[in-house]
Amino acid sequence: MEKPFAITLDVGSSKANKTGSWRTERPVYVDLLPPCSNACPAGEDVRSWLYDAEEGGAGYERAWRTIMEDNPFPAIMGRVCYHPCETACNRGQLDEAVGINSVERFLGDEALREGWSVSVDAPSTGKKVLVVGAGPSGLSAAYHLARRGHAVTILEAGPMAGGMMRFGIPAYRLPREVLDAEVQRILDLGVRLELDAKVTDLDATMAEGGYDAAFLSVGAQVGRRAYIPAGSAAHVLDAVSMLHGLAEGERPLLGRRVAVYGGGNTALDAARTARRLGASEAVVVYRRTRDRMPAHESEVREAEDEGVLFRWLTTIKQVEGGAMTVERMELDDTGFPQPTGEVDELAADSLVLALGQDTDLSLLDAMPDVAVDDGVVQVDGTLMTGRPGVFAGGDMVPGERSVTVGVGHGRHAAEQIDAWLAGRAPRVPADRAVAPYDGLNTWYFADAPRTHRPTLETVRRQSTFDEVVQGLDEDNALYEARRCMSCGTCFQCDNCFGVCPDNAVLKIGRPGEPYLIDLDYCKGCGLCASECPSGAIAMEPEEI
Amino acid sequence: MTVEPKLYQVDTFAVGNRLLDPAQRSEQARADRSNAITSGHRACQGCGEVLGARYVLDAAMRATGGNMVAANATGCLEVFSTPYPETSWQLPWLHSLFGNAPAVASGMAAALRAQGRSDTRVVAQAGDGGTVDIGFGCLSGMFERNDDVLFVCYDNEGYMNTGVQRSGATPPAARTANTKALGPEPGNAFGQGKFVPLIAMAHEIPYVATATVADLRDLEAKVETAMGMSGARYLHVLVPCPLGWGSASEDTIKVARLARETGIFPVFEAERGRITAVSKIRRWQPVEEYLRIQRRYAHLFGEPRRDDIVARIQAQADHNIDRFGLLDDDPGYEQDQE
Amino acid sequence: MPVRSQIEGSQAVARAVARCRPQVVAAYPISPQTHIVESLADLVRTGELDPCEYLMVESELGAMSACIGSSAMGSRTYTATASQGLLFMAEALFNASGLGLPIVMTVANRAIGAPINIWNDHSDSMSMRDSGWVQLFASSNQEAVDLHVQAFRLAERLSLPVMVCMDGFVLTHAVEQVDVPEQDEVDAFLPPFTPRQQLDPAQPVSIGAMVGPEAFTEVKYLMHARQMQALDEIPRIAADFEAAFGRPAGGLVRPYRTDDAETVVVALGSQVGTIEVVVDQLRDEGHPVGLLDVTCFRPWPRDEVRRALAGAANVVVLEKAFAVGAGGIVGQNTRLALAGTPTVVHDVVAGLGGRPVTAAAVRGLLDDVLAGRVDPHRLHFLGLRTDLVDGQLRRDAASVPGPHAESMLREAGVIGSGSH
Repeated sequence: MEKPFAITLDVGSSKANKTGSWRTERPVYVDLLPPCSNACPAGEDVRSWLYDAEEGGAGYERAWRTIMEDNPFPAIMGRVCYHPCETACNRGQLDEAVGINSVERFLGDEALREGWSVSVDAPSTGKKVLVVGAGPSGLSAAYHLARRGHAVTILEAGPMAGGMMRFGIPAYRLPREVLDAEVQRILDLGVRLELDAKVTDLDATMAEGGYDAAFLSVGAQVGRRAYIPAGSAAHVLDAVSMLHGLAEGERPLLGRRVAVYGGGNTALDAARTARRLGASEAVVVYRRTRDRMPAHESEVREAEDEGVLFRWLTTIKQVEGGAMTVERMELDDTGFPQPTGEVDELAADSLVLALGQDTDLSLLDAMPDVAVDDGVVQVDGTLMTGRPGVFAGGDMVPGERSVTVGVGHGRHAAEQIDAWLAGRAPRVPADRAVAPYDGLNTWYFADAPRTHRPTLETVRRQSTFDEVVQGLDEDNALYEARRCMSCGTCFQCDNCFGVCPDNAVLKIGRPGEPYLIDLDYCKGCGLCASECPSGAIAMEPEEI
Repeated sequence: MTVEPKLYQVDTFAVGNRLLDPAQRSEQARADRSNAITSGHRACQGCGEVLGARYVLDAAMRATGGNMVAANATGCLEVFSTPYPETSWQLPWLHSLFGNAPAVASGMAAALRAQGRSDTRVVAQAGDGGTVDIGFGCLSGMFERNDDVLFVCYDNEGYMNTGVQRSGATPPAARTANTKALGPEPGNAFGQGKFVPLIAMAHEIPYVATATVADLRDLEAKVETAMGMSGARYLHVLVPCPLGWGSASEDTIKVARLARETGIFPVFEAERGRITAVSKIRRWQPVEEYLRIQRRYAHLFGEPRRDDIVARIQAQADHNIDRFGLLDDDPGYEQDQE
Repeated sequence: MPVRSQIEGSQAVARAVARCRPQVVAAYPISPQTHIVESLADLVRTGELDPCEYLMVESELGAMSACIGSSAMGSRTYTATASQGLLFMAEALFNASGLGLPIVMTVANRAIGAPINIWNDHSDSMSMRDSGWVQLFASSNQEAVDLHVQAFRLAERLSLPVMVCMDGFVLTHAVEQVDVPEQDEVDAFLPPFTPRQQLDPAQPVSIGAMVGPEAFTEVKYLMHARQMQALDEIPRIAADFEAAFGRPAGGLVRPYRTDDAETVVVALGSQVGTIEVVVDQLRDEGHPVGLLDVTCFRPWPRDEVRRALAGAANVVVLEKAFAVGAGGIVGQNTRLALAGTPTVVHDVVAGLGGRPVTAAAVRGLLDDVLAGRVDPHRLHFLGLRTDLVDGQLRRDAASVPGPHAESMLREAGVIGSGSH
């Protein structure tokens, strides 16, 4: 074609005009910390494993393996974790939080069904590490230490592994076969477990075993007693002992009417257990109001559904056979309960105390360099005690007491022990900005209210220890995973690629680098950042 | 186990979705999209028109297998794309005049018919000035003859290329260079409106649709539908203009979205003069949310606030919602028509 | 063999156009062009012209615009218009020529309003003389037919649009003997259209770029150069045509008895027939008078005009349009051609809005010129009815006095007292 001069042009020739010179700001892909991970005591990379799970199929195993990098108990977590991730989840501000916990449980159960396992890929370090206590924290530490190539021995005082997962949490919340399977998976890594092996003198045990380091996680298994005047016919027992006994096959005699004193999760576990053991009436007596209960809302709700009764703003003054004297309380301006002098009688055949737990620290008696304060062991930021090489975590150190916190301590301590053994400086986690809700463009997320896990019909669960909360089926798990908004990181939605008026976003699809800004042409309009659903693009000023 | 997931995270709201089958993804998500208008053009930062043009033409290129030609009216789209010696177009493209793009396209279609090349399709495009004002006679003629042309109006509600003067598509109260925020009735006058999609429908042409740059999948679907038909077809795409509207360059899509979500701009499609589908409002918002982020309406929110004018604009949006049945619980246009 | 028959000029042109096999015709009706496009519509409808798409557009702007689109798609394209219609396409005319699209258009020449007037003169074509189109003027219906056949060849050879101008009513509606070339003859003369550039998905280009100060002059210079090439091409095509069809037609200029002529009339269009009669009379009476029929007005064949007129003492340009407030249009161009020669050029406006240019009036004018009664420095209006303008001029001169107003008054008086 003989093209007339100037009025007819070759297609695409404008690429010679580099409009990038107009730019005063440039888009930059960021990777912020999502609030779920930020809130997770176990430090799980929730967004990553949800991303894998969103694909379904082969993605489930990848997702499970991502969890396993941080937490060896997906199936347990999916049942007993109080999921602060969901409380923090940005989606909660849009409709309802993503059901992270239920997806985790689905993945954990899927792994058990499919028999997925992990292996020790690191070469042996030749180091021996002692873990004292086979609760969540100790098992977690053992798992992570083993995967890093250390030889781990767990000494457990009790007859079975699991700690509070076994002795504190009733089977209707955590079926024992699930617990056993996930514990076994850890032992399959070569972790040596000795039961009924109470450590009484840590120094001696370490010297005897030739251990290079130790992680203490003996938990808090001693039920706290309060002084309540009680008649000789009164039947008073503590919740920890009751649950522990039950786990070992004992059936405590509680009578028809059971009162539980306390407001924590253990109180509710005790009351719900009482119902299952045949009590026609289980009353939780708590000195404050419902909204001030330390127990988790889901547990309170489930207990109510099961017919557990509550006496708020009430203290117990005296216990006799078949009855208790209770006093009505009032909250003062600071929210503290104050006695009113008004008393009442409450019929009860037995009283279960659920007023907190203490730690048995006798193994440290010979170690004055390990500081103990207020009944718990003092540790530094690396969870190391005053004795170099001796670390501690779980319920025996200060902080919130939960399975997940314990698991997190185990992992954290394992990393630090690994570093300490190698003579490396302790790992300091990078201080990452948390992805804020207002950084998201939620328009792009499909309207998708949360799928609630089905619960056992109430009548059935009042009388059996069958698992109350059922798992999601695969459809629902996938649905739930796909509700994740990928806060603060790219999930390859192609919006930036699509909305750029200058075709200055290149879709290159490299792993970890799905897109590239073509700075030759990017004018810096900011549309990509503004329309990024997950807030994964920041506009940064150009130096001019 | 085969699974039919109920949810695709971003469904079709986002440009792409790795969870969808590739065949179900948008044209704009494809790395091999044609980029009918490519980089290096001189459109302002955040220009809605160039975005709209790429969305439309890439979809049309896909639908025709690249076998198409385009006629383009004078205007921003033409000026920023083809200053000698460079062009940003990557398809056969002709610019003739401001007011004649529909007729040029008619001539192209006639030539193709005469040459027996029914497989090559014609798209014509213009801004709102070239469509609703100066090109309107030619457009109506093209409609009336039912020439085999898809005509696309990129509506940015004014003469932006000449420095933001009002057009027949400029909304009431909007400030432009010749309808300044002066006097007791600041901005453009409240007229009777000139909504060309409805006028196009009155020609009973095979297909009329409206769309915005905020809903890519809807826009692409409409282009695909249009290219699957023959005869005169009309697509009216709302394309915010950061310069003329006084909106932030990064807000172009947001503004378009709000135009739809407030009911200011009804999104629908029609065949042979009958509305066949309406895009329902997903998250309704009052018009103030739309107006406030555009400086062309700043005089409504200054001292004194002109709540009276905002109310009149709200009434227009409400009228659209009622007329087109834009809210979910609204029985909608179908009942009105029966 | 061609069939000579009595046929209306419009019908003859329509048939000739049809035999050029245009693939697209887009037209809007306006008198006196209507019979041409009606006839073409019939030919398309009956299938005599096939393949051809006939677009009934909504305006002349639409007509020319559709032609632009069609031509850019590589189809041979034709339209016809007149008068106001030509003005309504003005913008598109410049665009078609600027884009170098070889569209052929008939202009059935007609006056331009206001006042509205449907009758013949050349104001319409002349108003578009700088639009970049080649302008060929037909002196007869036979020549109109022949020029169309040549116009397509010229247009496509040079990628230039060509306007064939034929006097409205005088030619378009006149029934006379015309040879309409046969299809095989036209096919042999006019090769299939090979566009210089076209819109093609296989070879995409952007046509119609915006060109700024850095290259606009060069684009325009090249347009001019291409028009100048037409001055070489037109005589070649005319010679080929004569060889093929056995009759002369077209070319740049046609001198008639200009050898040794001392006075030569310059004219365009159908009035040359009348002028030939007067020239013959005067020659018979021994006056050395001739005629130069300018067939090609754009590009302006300066050298050919100069050659034809250089020996004459007086040139009378008789034209059916003028530049209001300035003077003759063809006259100005003629003066340009004669620059540096002693030849005196007289500008005479005639036949406006359909006023007949009679042999008697032309004879009277030439008598006055031969007698030295026509002031070459003034614009003359043949047959001006001074009785109708005199009073108005007096009133105007009184309300807006000045030397130019007085001059107009004197001029009207002179003309009014003279014989023409």
